[in-house]
Amino acid sequence: MRQTILQATADQSDVVAFRIGEQDYCIDINVVREIRGWTPTTVLPHAPPYVMGVINLRGNVVAVIDLAARLGLGNTQPTPRHVVVIVTFGHQTVGLMADVVSDILGVGEAELKPVPDIGCDTTRAFISNVITLEDGRMLRKLELSAVLPPRAGERP
Amino acid sequence: MSIASLRATFFEECEDLLSKMGEGLGRMARPDAPPDMETVHEVFRAVHSIKGGSGAFGLTSLVEFAHVFETVLDLMRSGKLAMEVVAVQALLRAYDVLSDLIDVARDGGAEPPQMAAVLMELDLMAEAGPGGGTEDDVFDFQPLPLELPDVAAPEGGGSSSPAVYSVTLVPTADLFACGHEPAALLRALAELGEVQVMADLAGVPLLSDMDLGRPRLRWTVTLSTFASHEEIGAIFEFVGNLAEVKIAANPSPAKAEGDVTIAGPADQAVSLRAVEVSAPKAASSVQPKPFAAPAAVPAPPGENGATALPMTTTIRVNLDRVDRLINQIGELVIMEAMLAQAVASAGLRDHSDVSTSLDGIKQLAASIQESVMSIRAQPLRPVFQRMERIVREAGDATGKQVRLIMLGEATEVDKTVIERLVDPLTHMLRNSVDHGIEAPSVRAAAGKAPQGVITLSAAHRSGRVVIEVSDDGGGIDRARVRDVAEERGLIPAGTQLAPADIDNLLFLPGFSSKQEVSALSGRGVGLDVVRREIQSLGGRVTIQSAPGEGTTFTIALPLTLAVLEGMLISVGHEIMVLPLASITETIRPTPSQLHALGRTGRVVANRGTLVPIVDLAESFGYPPITDLEAAVLIMVETDEGRHAALAAHAIHDQRQVVIKSLENNYGAVHGISAATILGDGRIALIIDPREIVESASCDPTARPLSAHG
Repeated sequence: MRQTILQATADQSDVVAFRIGEQDYCIDINVVREIRGWTPTTVLPHAPPYVMGVINLRGNVVAVIDLAARLGLGNTQPTPRHVVVIVTFGHQTVGLMADVVSDILGVGEAELKPVPDIGCDTTRAFISNVITLEDGRMLRKLELSAVLPPRAGERP
Repeated sequence: MSIASLRATFFEECEDLLSKMGEGLGRMARPDAPPDMETVHEVFRAVHSIKGGSGAFGLTSLVEFAHVFETVLDLMRSGKLAMEVVAVQALLRAYDVLSDLIDVARDGGAEPPQMAAVLMELDLMAEAGPGGGTEDDVFDFQPLPLELPDVAAPEGGGSSSPAVYSVTLVPTADLFACGHEPAALLRALAELGEVQVMADLAGVPLLSDMDLGRPRLRWTVTLSTFASHEEIGAIFEFVGNLAEVKIAANPSPAKAEGDVTIAGPADQAVSLRAVEVSAPKAASSVQPKPFAAPAAVPAPPGENGATALPMTTTIRVNLDRVDRLINQIGELVIMEAMLAQAVASAGLRDHSDVSTSLDGIKQLAASIQESVMSIRAQPLRPVFQRMERIVREAGDATGKQVRLIMLGEATEVDKTVIERLVDPLTHMLRNSVDHGIEAPSVRAAAGKAPQGVITLSAAHRSGRVVIEVSDDGGGIDRARVRDVAEERGLIPAGTQLAPADIDNLLFLPGFSSKQEVSALSGRGVGLDVVRREIQSLGGRVTIQSAPGEGTTFTIALPLTLAVLEGMLISVGHEIMVLPLASITETIRPTPSQLHALGRTGRVVANRGTLVPIVDLAESFGYPPITDLEAAVLIMVETDEGRHAALAAHAIHDQRQVVIKSLENNYGAVHGISAATILGDGRIALIIDPREIVESASCDPTARPLSAHG
């Protein structure tokens, strides 16, 4: 059904768009496994502040990342209305917490614009491209490899 | 299937065959059991299969060794070599070499050093048997040792010459339907004397007209024998009227002419299988006609059981698949618990349909979980069999006579546990032979039989596997142990110790009581390594000893590594799991037991020892526990024998939890070994007591027994 709406073509990729605070972000749909509501997490000791803890995803232990905290936008007070986007990147499965999932869109290759040169490096390091939409919104495409926490042994 | 995977399959089969052999040889070696021919056959078939397989992979040294081994076994099974104790001992040594050779073939490395000696021993045995060395030919389907007369020169006349009979055999379809084998009949005839078998192919139609259900082949056998007419008739006794049999005395032997003489083993004419494996020479003889099809009637197992593996009812399954199934069942159990909670909160009546169905599902889920867990379970037999060899070798090396009695080899344990049991058990059995069993002279002086007995037993006991290694030796010399421990500074001189405490000193690192370092044990690695290994499996080792009567080591292990017996505790707002294996006791401290040490350090006095307190909440970065009297102290002992009291907010429950890796999706967390999923679907972290205690201790050399008060 998605195909009929989006009319995906060769130079087009689908993205999942979601909102964090007042900003719109998106990630490639191919890494998204599912989207679920926020459930209480089990806090991990010695974890960085942006790691909210771990949840049970059908028998797998999956860490949940507070994207707002990760992107330097301040910590979130999670409620059941928040969403967790489960992504698989490499062999790692991680949940990304956002305020709300807004859209699934097809984005043409040409619409991907380089990130403007702005001073704020904290957020910029996690964004690969920006996309401007017809309604005037701006989507920031997340660079997953930067967002995910470093693996075992890389942390002190 | 690539060669590599075929090879892997071959080695897997070798494992199975070796374990069968080991079992069989074990039965043969038992002094009280009467020699059983079927066992010898079984061992022979196993060696033969290994030989056949290794031939296919060009493993020459393995083939050669297996060949010699097989020769001796064949002499034994044909009764030409007595099944004496000495002979069986030699076979056992050969078995050891064979398993080493298989390891070498698989993993590379040098041939076992004792191979030459064992080969020589086997050769001597083979020569001792009459006509040794050639017997095995029979089983290679090479042209048979039957000496057939030359085509042109059958014997005739002469007063002492055998009588000549002409036997015709015309089988009916019923003969095959009843499972008879003409080849067997012909072979039986061949045993009576010299035979010439002529197959009459006249009745065989074109392949296109072939009706497999109707036999067309008939045979005429010219038999020169000293046997009587009746004896020949007796062969066909069971055939009855399933075939037309004519036995006629024939004064002038028929000239064996014609192109259809099947010179050679009769079974080649009939059995397709035999032809496939027959030597090149046989291939030049007349090939079986299409009639060979009825040979689908299974050949008697004794004849070519060597090529046909015994039927087993097992399949090989990739472990990943089993693990996936276990995962999913674990999920089912959790979902079921969540559903139960939902039903309970919905306020339904206790005996409503929903509740009863849910109970049914609960029971079903539990039984499925049990069944799936049992898929991974394997009998301990292979490990135990390896121990037989260890004891044998240890006995030889120390000059002691030791007999190993094994009980409960069929006890099943998780595969991963079994693999990791080999080293500790090896160590313990060597230890028992070396330190436990006395020399024969000492035993005689104590009024015991010269042969020491070590019992290795396994049994399920309350959800755990208990393995015991007990010897009937001298027991632990406690005075010596104490002296040694004091000498090495493991305990302060003059410490008051109960006998059991002295026994436990054996588990301390760096303890080795044997005066001279023997080749077997006492190389600095001692029982402390055994204990560490067992504890890393979530198990415990205990020791009991009675002077003059012997020592028993008891290992208690969890059934699986996928499940852990744990205590659910509260740390801060989180529920965590502490492995039960490391817990020695739990206490609620009274103010008089608590002492401050230094600025932040706190200790608790318990049973005469002062144990440092480690605040779990603080270790995990939560607000520290301020009021220790309201907390629970859990006394733990780590693998290194270090003691600590872990402070937690509360203890909830004790249960088995399924271990889930944290590292797959996140990474290692200090002080946490893994995670698990609780009944409500939430995740609980499993504490690694060793890491917690280690990181909390400022003095890494702290020893358990040095603090006494």
